[in-house]
Amino acid sequence: MAKVIRNRSIVDDTRQTVRLAEGETPEGVALPTGPLLVPLAVWQARADELAARGDVGVWLAAGEGAEAIAAELPRLAAVGVHFPAFTDGRGYSTAALLRTRYGYTGELRAIGDVLRDQFQAYVRCGFDTLQPPEGRYSDEQLQAALASLGDISTPYQGAVDEPRPLWLRAQRGVAA
Amino acid sequence: MYRYDAYDQRAVDERVAQFRDQTRRYLAGELTEDEYRPLRLQNGLYIQRHAPMLRIAVPYGLFSSAQLRMLAHVARTYDKGYGHFTTRQNIQFNWPALEDVPEILAQLATVQMHAIQTSGNCIRNITSDAFAGVAGDERIDPRPWCEILRQWSSFHPEFAHLPRKFKFAVNGAEEDRAVIQAHDIGLDVIRNEAGEIGFRVLVGGGLGRTPIIGEQIAGFVPWQHIVTYCESILRVYNLHGRRDNKYKARIKILVKALGIEEFRRQVEAEWAHVKNGPSTLTEAEVARVAAHFVDPAYETLPAHDAAYAEALADNKPFAAWARRNVRAHKVPGYASVVLSLKKTGVPPGDISAEQMELVAELADAHSYGEVRATHQQNLVLADVRQSELFKLWQTLRDAGLATPNIGLLTDIIACPGGDYCALANAKSIPIAQAIQERFDDLDYLYEIGDIDLNISGCMNACGHHHVGHIGVLGVDKNGEEWYQVTVGGAQGNQASLGKVIGPSFAAHEMADVVSSLIETYVENRHEDERFIDTVRRLGIEPFKTNVYGKRQQERKVAHG
Repeated sequence: MAKVIRNRSIVDDTRQTVRLAEGETPEGVALPTGPLLVPLAVWQARADELAARGDVGVWLAAGEGAEAIAAELPRLAAVGVHFPAFTDGRGYSTAALLRTRYGYTGELRAIGDVLRDQFQAYVRCGFDTLQPPEGRYSDEQLQAALASLGDISTPYQGAVDEPRPLWLRAQRGVAA
Repeated sequence: MYRYDAYDQRAVDERVAQFRDQTRRYLAGELTEDEYRPLRLQNGLYIQRHAPMLRIAVPYGLFSSAQLRMLAHVARTYDKGYGHFTTRQNIQFNWPALEDVPEILAQLATVQMHAIQTSGNCIRNITSDAFAGVAGDERIDPRPWCEILRQWSSFHPEFAHLPRKFKFAVNGAEEDRAVIQAHDIGLDVIRNEAGEIGFRVLVGGGLGRTPIIGEQIAGFVPWQHIVTYCESILRVYNLHGRRDNKYKARIKILVKALGIEEFRRQVEAEWAHVKNGPSTLTEAEVARVAAHFVDPAYETLPAHDAAYAEALADNKPFAAWARRNVRAHKVPGYASVVLSLKKTGVPPGDISAEQMELVAELADAHSYGEVRATHQQNLVLADVRQSELFKLWQTLRDAGLATPNIGLLTDIIACPGGDYCALANAKSIPIAQAIQERFDDLDYLYEIGDIDLNISGCMNACGHHHVGHIGVLGVDKNGEEWYQVTVGGAQGNQASLGKVIGPSFAAHEMADVVSSLIETYVENRHEDERFIDTVRRLGIEPFKTNVYGKRQQERKVAHG
């Protein structure tokens, strides 16, 4: 079973990510049972059917903005944000907007090229679930990666996880 | 200058530990080359032609004697005994071993230094006026604002993987010495009519492959809102900047594509949501940071020191140095001294470990233990008593740091070029050297007067060639090194981009080409006209005609 990091713990995960293969259409693609993340186009084509299942969420491709699903958020079981490469940082802003602009409080999952050296940035931008590529990390490596969530223990700037910048959180000294 | 508190120190120490582990995993094969590259770049580590290159941050160009001594130690222990100051006021080492870098960073952290975000597609080291706090034309000291933005941008999680690098510059003086018009975001600290502090914000400037002068996006952003305003710009850029082509990924391309009005509209729409949010600056935080930049305890001195005046009258070489390398200071009886790193025969910006230690000693003796790096790749002792200038000059002269050429033709800005840099198309240093050797006559140099000659080894433009009065760009033609020449570029309030005069030249022609340009100027100038003024009045034609006309004749003779 796949492992993901959720709320700073390693947990087993059954949610499957659906991708449209060549020739498949959003309207026609066969969907397995169980918790899913479907492409935006599939949701848009079949929102009522999928919402009725109660266990379906949407994943946004890089370039698909948070505003595209803003109105649907109450009906989504989860939201995924896809990182085509870990160096493509659009998903950080997408996550921040989902949390702060659109008030999304459900599962927000980073998928794609999700690597441990970016884990802390993901969490700071509002992701609660991190799904590295399957088989990328051994259990030991994933365990070690948990510690990296606190690499920079007292960040300067506010972000989604802690909106207050350091100057509001700490009494800092004046130069001697 | 800014001194770390426990929070700053912890952040830097934690970054060292994080990078040590990342490097360990890379060397153990747990991280691929592609995965490690952005991590090391965001810590200033390049893999270059001969060896790794480590770029260490000198935030807004300000550092202490203790930090300079540590840099000397690094140069001696882990490098070949020298370092190179860059046009972003940072220092680079060209020969460290990758395995040593975590340890180098750990040692730097003991003197409050780091290499955080000196490279990579993130917010880079923020640059500013090397004469901040001491210049007579300063409206507002830019340094506290630089430091506030440095902290805000350090490890910013949302902007860790931007489409491309992102550079800030901050100016607080009448005359812009920070080239704010050539930055992704340029900030001018100003006062409004009510006397309140705020920022004129420029966006989308930059050199590189597509040089563009920045446009004004906001005339006055009150200081409380500068963080949220910058955050809004960055967010629009992070979401919409191009990622399909790295040559079109800078914010300037997005601003051009949308137009400044539409870009402004998007930023303001974003800002409407975050303005007045938690990142709104407080008076207490600004006061905390500003307290690090109060004036030292200047003495009350006569405006003109008698012994200094006497030495100027008696000693011609000293007077020549004072004329070019000494600047007026806002406090009577003090002066700022520029230490030239442009001695002929030494690559521009290079400094040896011994020189670093000497400068540290001189900073302690004469300038409150502080040193500045200029974006022209020289150093500054900002607070020297006039009465000590003669003694200081003697010491600097003996150490090869008193070349009296600041602002003159031989005060060349040059990137490391093809001798070191893996990106370069052509070498920069030998061109600089050839020009310096050609113009070795001081009287003639003074006669030519103020001129900026900037050399870049490729179109990444680290040598700022576009804004040199004379700009030289290394280009590759079928595997050979050639040099394209521009004239009419300028930095400062009248910033402009140079125009290409014509087909490029071989390395051995470059000194002649510069001679022809200078001759054209000398023959055509009006009284008190600088090179750039003559170019602006006449256009590039006479320069072009003289350079190519003369060369054609020579070729005919050679082939005739």
